[in-house]
Amino acid sequence: MSEETSEIKLTVNGDLITKTVNVRQHLVDFLRLELGLTGSHLGCEHGICGACSVWVDGLVVRGCLMLAVQADGGDVTTIEGLTETGEIADLQKNFVDRNALQCGFCTPGMLMTLAELLRKSELSSREEIREHISGNYCRCTGYHAIVDAVETTIRDRLGDS
Amino acid sequence: MANKTTPLTILDRPNSYIGRSLSREGAKRAVAGRGRYTDDISLPRMLHAAFVRSPYAHAKILAVNVDEARQQPEVALVMTGTELQELCTGPWIGTLSSFEGMKSAPQYPMAIERACWQGEPIVMVVASSRAAAEDAAEFVIIEYEELPVVADKETALDPECPIIHPELGDNLAFRKIIDNGDVKQGLADADIVIEETFEFGRHTAVSLETRALLADYSKADGHLTLYTSSQVPHMIQAVFARTLGLPEHNVRIIAPDVGGSFGLKIHSYGDEVATTAASIKLGRPVKFIADRLESFLTDIHARENRVWGRIGVSKEGEIKSLEIDVRSAAGAYSQFPRTSVFEANQILNITGGPYKHKNYKAKTEVVYLNKVPTSQYRAVGHPIGNSVGEALVDQAAEACGIDPLEMRRRNIMEDDQYPRVSAAGIKLQDMSHQQCLEALAKHMDYENLRVEQDKFRKNGIQRGIGIAAFIKGTAPGPAGYYGTGGAPISSQDACTIKLEPSGGVICMVGVTDQGQGVDTVMGQIAASVLGLRAESVRVIEGDTDAVPYGGGTYASRATAIGGEATYQASLLLRKEILSIAGTLLQAEPITLDIVDENVVNKSDNQIRISVSEIGRIGHFQVAELPNNIQPTLSVTYRYRLHDALYIFTNGIQGAYVEVDIDTGFIKLLNHWVVEDCGRVISPQLADEQVRGGCVQGIGGALYEECVYNEAAQLQNGTLADYLTPMAGEMPDINVYHIQTPTSVSELGAKGVGESGTGAAPAVLMNAVNDALRPFDACVTKQPMTPETVLASLGKV
Repeated sequence: MSEETSEIKLTVNGDLITKTVNVRQHLVDFLRLELGLTGSHLGCEHGICGACSVWVDGLVVRGCLMLAVQADGGDVTTIEGLTETGEIADLQKNFVDRNALQCGFCTPGMLMTLAELLRKSELSSREEIREHISGNYCRCTGYHAIVDAVETTIRDRLGDS
Repeated sequence: MANKTTPLTILDRPNSYIGRSLSREGAKRAVAGRGRYTDDISLPRMLHAAFVRSPYAHAKILAVNVDEARQQPEVALVMTGTELQELCTGPWIGTLSSFEGMKSAPQYPMAIERACWQGEPIVMVVASSRAAAEDAAEFVIIEYEELPVVADKETALDPECPIIHPELGDNLAFRKIIDNGDVKQGLADADIVIEETFEFGRHTAVSLETRALLADYSKADGHLTLYTSSQVPHMIQAVFARTLGLPEHNVRIIAPDVGGSFGLKIHSYGDEVATTAASIKLGRPVKFIADRLESFLTDIHARENRVWGRIGVSKEGEIKSLEIDVRSAAGAYSQFPRTSVFEANQILNITGGPYKHKNYKAKTEVVYLNKVPTSQYRAVGHPIGNSVGEALVDQAAEACGIDPLEMRRRNIMEDDQYPRVSAAGIKLQDMSHQQCLEALAKHMDYENLRVEQDKFRKNGIQRGIGIAAFIKGTAPGPAGYYGTGGAPISSQDACTIKLEPSGGVICMVGVTDQGQGVDTVMGQIAASVLGLRAESVRVIEGDTDAVPYGGGTYASRATAIGGEATYQASLLLRKEILSIAGTLLQAEPITLDIVDENVVNKSDNQIRISVSEIGRIGHFQVAELPNNIQPTLSVTYRYRLHDALYIFTNGIQGAYVEVDIDTGFIKLLNHWVVEDCGRVISPQLADEQVRGGCVQGIGGALYEECVYNEAAQLQNGTLADYLTPMAGEMPDINVYHIQTPTSVSELGAKGVGESGTGAAPAVLMNAVNDALRPFDACVTKQPMTPETVLASLGKV
């Protein structure tokens, strides 16, 4: 089978990228295989587990349900880029301090999803935090520690301890 | 802190890291997206494997045509089961001599003449990308002749049932009977006899990172390196080297970051051997990453059991007898090399394990089915044994009119009566059922919770309180099953620890980390013993070229076994450091201590020489030492249990749930665990093991099941169809520890990784049935789906 290809131009973590990609390649495969951004993980490849969550134009998307060509012209942020901006440095530190991760495979997707919640700058209840990450599967922690870490981060940001 | 019966040791000193929670280095990398899992590793000229798998649960393979597949673009190799067989030294036979009378059929990594389970690999395609390999696999043509399928464990031993492997004579893998005390007399002495049958569905580990392997064989020097998501690098080294005819010492196994394991990754899988064989044949790196659909079909499954149980009690609630009969479902073969009979064996070992009763009869038959092999998964057997035992105790309590907590108070083993032997014949010591029970009652505020439950009940809201005591076998010893039974699996473990010239310490351990914090814990132990700061110790694990030989991480053994090895190795290194210091300082080593990176006088804590100076002299200026002192500054210590089968732990869980009797939905309101893993090295890491373990148990109790139809076809092999616990439905989990150090080691740590999983299903089933009690309904089937709950109420 000869591969059909297409040229795409997009911004990834602030860098302008031009690449010719196979039209059937998923966004997360493009990020991992073509750009070496291995922080986004593949857990199910059918949109359930959330391990491949990245941002496209400021919204959290499943990198396994979007084709690379669909991101043409878009602005993509991965865990590597988000880490470099420092936007969630406090959340990341609280994840480490609270041991809100074990194997760490779900963590980048979890953090990308939680960054969206933090941007709301609202006090969230534990139930609301749980609801927000209800599309991100974690087999290790049982979620309790994750909710703790997020709760601490939100309270610290709002100056309400 | 050690309890009052244990003398103070070096670990109890004020500057000790024992009992403190340090953050994990691996966590810092993972939050930044800098984890390095097997699929993140790419090597030059790397190829990718995809598999053609049997669509049938049982079929004769009449013809395999790979000609067209071989002609596809980017294809480097297409290998059939027959071709792979020629590269193997022989078939696997998944038996252990420690299981007397056990039998299993020989199996090769890929099916040859016959496929015996849906998903069994038949042809491997290797190409420059996974996509190209999958494309080419579409061109493989296999002719099958369907064969009769054995899908139901209940009929698998019936005379009219087809036999999967005729050479075995029947579908029986293993039979075992325990008959201790006098059950007949116990029943005669009982005022009340309860019997019940329980069903447990098949489920699987669903680690978020799927199975993953990258094989890199060099034809130039005959060396093989496997990067693989494994808990047990040395077992993989032995099994793969032996299967493919390579010298074991030329095979290096590297387990990079492992994205969840839970026992799934202590096994050897045929597709991974095939991938390795492809690398050997081609002399190029070959990667295989199972996709999620392959994971559901081909990862080991667990838990499919039916258990009949009968308990006899006096009217005061004293347990007089306990009997169980277990029909346990394996797959088409017994998993090599750990077998598929451990689940049943552990059910027999631990059912009713917290209690003082003497009369116990337990029987199991493990049967082969045309399904993927079953094997060890987190808390092997315990979720089932605990669910059965604790449900029977609850039903007996109800019949006696005794509160469930009080019922347990009357029957649990006394804290001051060890060592002792359980009714199942298990040697137990250093346990604390009574302390744990009273702590649970206090933390749950049990009496007030009962009052609250009544109030809700009066308002038509059905809430239930569950209690489940448990024992858990951790850290198996060499007198047990694996090595004794003939498997290349080490039950001892080792630490090599060395002082570097800079004064830093490298600590290499055979136990492995999958995010539990094994490396952090080993570092805490070493730093505490050596009087160093934690950041001065680096722990290396997961690389057979670096670490001393060991069993890896399974059965909650890392801290209990690897921790003691690290403790003892550190003591020996400390001794040498102090000996060299004594020589240099002309002081008796016994008068010296190491505190905060310096050798000091014990008497006045005055600093005499830094540890880094000992390192420098010991490596670079050895001339300062007399000729008869040759520093090694490197120690290997190996540790094993002696006579004990396991280090058993104990604990008790409590759960508070609300059951909607119209929809059958179960809402988890609160969950408590009090457990005794002996000395706690890191409170936070121990707590999180328990929490994560509980939720994994809750998954099995409420949601998870691999549903097969009568043709043994998996009906729900996607994450959309197979339900796992997600954040929205899970409760917060309150964890408490009682610390009774094990007396088999000086460190005193027992295992903690499986206690949550082992008893959570039991406590939930009891809580649900407590909620249903006013309706005379009882759920005896897991997962406890809404339909199951409604069926118990006679509503569907």
